[in-house]
Amino acid sequence: MNPSAGRPSEDAQVIRLDGARHDGGHPGDEPGDGPGRLDRGLAAGLAFLRRRLAGDYEVDEFGFDPHLNETVLLPLARALYEHWFRVDLDGLGNVPATGGALIVANHSGTLPLDGIMLTVALHDHAHRPVRLLGADLVYQVPVLGHLARKAGHTLACQADASRLLGKGELVGVFPEGFKGVGKPFGERYRLQRFGRGGFVGTALRAGVPIVPCAIVGAEEIYPKIAELRPLARLLGLPYFPVTPTFPLLGPAGLVPLPSKWRIRFGEPMTLAEYDADAADDPMTIFNITDHVRENVQRMLHETLERRGPAFF
Amino acid sequence: MPAAAARVVLVTGVSRFLGARVANTLQADPGIDRVIGVDTVPPATTLGRAEFVRVDIRTPGIAEIITSAGVDTVVHLDLVTAGTARAKAKELNVIGTMQLLAACQRSPVMRRLVVRSSAAVYGSSPMDPAVFTERDEPAEAPSSGYAKDAVEVEGYVRGLLRRRSDLIVSVLRFANLLGPGVDSPLTRYLRMPVVPTVLGFDPRLQFLHEDDGVEVLRRMTVEDHPGCFNVAGDGVLLLSQALRRAGRPSVPVPSLSAFGGLGRRFAGLTGFSPELLRWLTYGRVIDTSALARELAWRPEHDSEAAFAGFVAARGHGGAAPAHLVDRLATALGRGGA
Repeated sequence: MNPSAGRPSEDAQVIRLDGARHDGGHPGDEPGDGPGRLDRGLAAGLAFLRRRLAGDYEVDEFGFDPHLNETVLLPLARALYEHWFRVDLDGLGNVPATGGALIVANHSGTLPLDGIMLTVALHDHAHRPVRLLGADLVYQVPVLGHLARKAGHTLACQADASRLLGKGELVGVFPEGFKGVGKPFGERYRLQRFGRGGFVGTALRAGVPIVPCAIVGAEEIYPKIAELRPLARLLGLPYFPVTPTFPLLGPAGLVPLPSKWRIRFGEPMTLAEYDADAADDPMTIFNITDHVRENVQRMLHETLERRGPAFF
Repeated sequence: MPAAAARVVLVTGVSRFLGARVANTLQADPGIDRVIGVDTVPPATTLGRAEFVRVDIRTPGIAEIITSAGVDTVVHLDLVTAGTARAKAKELNVIGTMQLLAACQRSPVMRRLVVRSSAAVYGSSPMDPAVFTERDEPAEAPSSGYAKDAVEVEGYVRGLLRRRSDLIVSVLRFANLLGPGVDSPLTRYLRMPVVPTVLGFDPRLQFLHEDDGVEVLRRMTVEDHPGCFNVAGDGVLLLSQALRRAGRPSVPVPSLSAFGGLGRRFAGLTGFSPELLRWLTYGRVIDTSALARELAWRPEHDSEAAFAGFVAARGHGGAAPAHLVDRLATALGRGGA
């Protein structure tokens, strides 16, 4: 299944939709034909600009700004999704169409582009915004912090996860954290420890299913062959990666390698057989955590095989 | 919740706008026998039938008034944000509260205490949960300034409640007040000719309209609502969004110290306080559902309306860049047609 086939001009489509939405307010831009296309593009761009400059958009309590997300952030990520990583999807039907659910995925790639690609996949093909839970480092870094919030994501903490799930949102989490995203290339597709299982407790308490998810392809975008510990310590980062191109080629080394991606969603694990007290029983939490981890690891192996060669 | 009505109410900080407004609202309530306002300077506005007594709450004089007038309800609004020197503000906030609470503890007729605290007690940090409920502890407790005073004041209030469990104590954590009458570090910041923002950060903010603040304080004074409650207008604004809606030009400033310097130079502030800076960097959102449940009431003005009201009252308004875009769009439309 290749969802990117048959939708050749996603970007153009987005602009047109947006333009249509704002046409009413602008007597200047009559929807003409033929030569009017550029005009309409311009008008849509101006309408967008006007709306941004006037502050005429809503954000939720987490700082999620759907308008900016749909018109700026997602189209940028979508270009990478469709033309660079050529993401294929499996098991999209396993993502619940409504109600709260916790997507648990593997984390890899040195820089967490897998989160961004997962966001595009779920927005475009499951038609749901996914609210990712990110490390607090993200929210300390200028620009990145508020862009993450505007894209709908928040801090990985029990309170935020419960609040989002309680509102019936689709929440995504990478339990491996930095240990997953920053592991050396030699350990690719081997899951790290799944944190302390906090995500299981959250799902149990909220009474939502866990959807295991395997993301294949992110491991190859920045193959981390070494790291510079003193520099990482100096900059307060969890690691400072050395890849074949970075820091050797400077900023050019930041261009991710064009690996072929495949994202698979597994069958939801409903956890209905556990009662509410289970969230307070560490042994149950450990068992479920292991079970989810095994599931994701198995899906990773299968998806890796289905993907075939890493780059084409 | 129906309750024995307050008979004699004492309002502290009555010379500042919030105290004056609350005293004015309470004196209009026929169910209240006497409203006594105290402060160190006389109020600028008339207080109707409310009586003004000039007393410093940092002195035992406050105990005398509470005893002699038979005060049964104290509304403590005397929490100073800024405008005075920091040492003096701390003295007023913390020592004043201690004296006042000591007097409350002694008084046998005392039965209700309403304290205006601040959402600043939650601090602001990148490790914060997105939304604070009353039960949440701050990720980083405020270590200085007004926010720390508020934490200490709440601590003393809890202490009083332990010793006088018969009292009905309401602690209200207010979001930043906005409205035509408000003069605070925030309003002075927003009135700067060009508003500096912290480069690379766009905090989530909430505002409370002064009318809603007064209404909450009134309800807490005449009814029994024990507990600690977050108080804020519904909804959330980003700083960038708020400034755009207000049509205020802004400039991102890279470092916090440079930012503080701008405040000193252009806003007539004694520098931005550290807690205001942190708030303008990381923001803060509080959950007000407990208050809505308790009062079966929601603020009439959401954060957006509170902000819009402030902007309109200041006569700023009108988003110049948006008008430019409009003109450009019209020109283009004419050219293209």
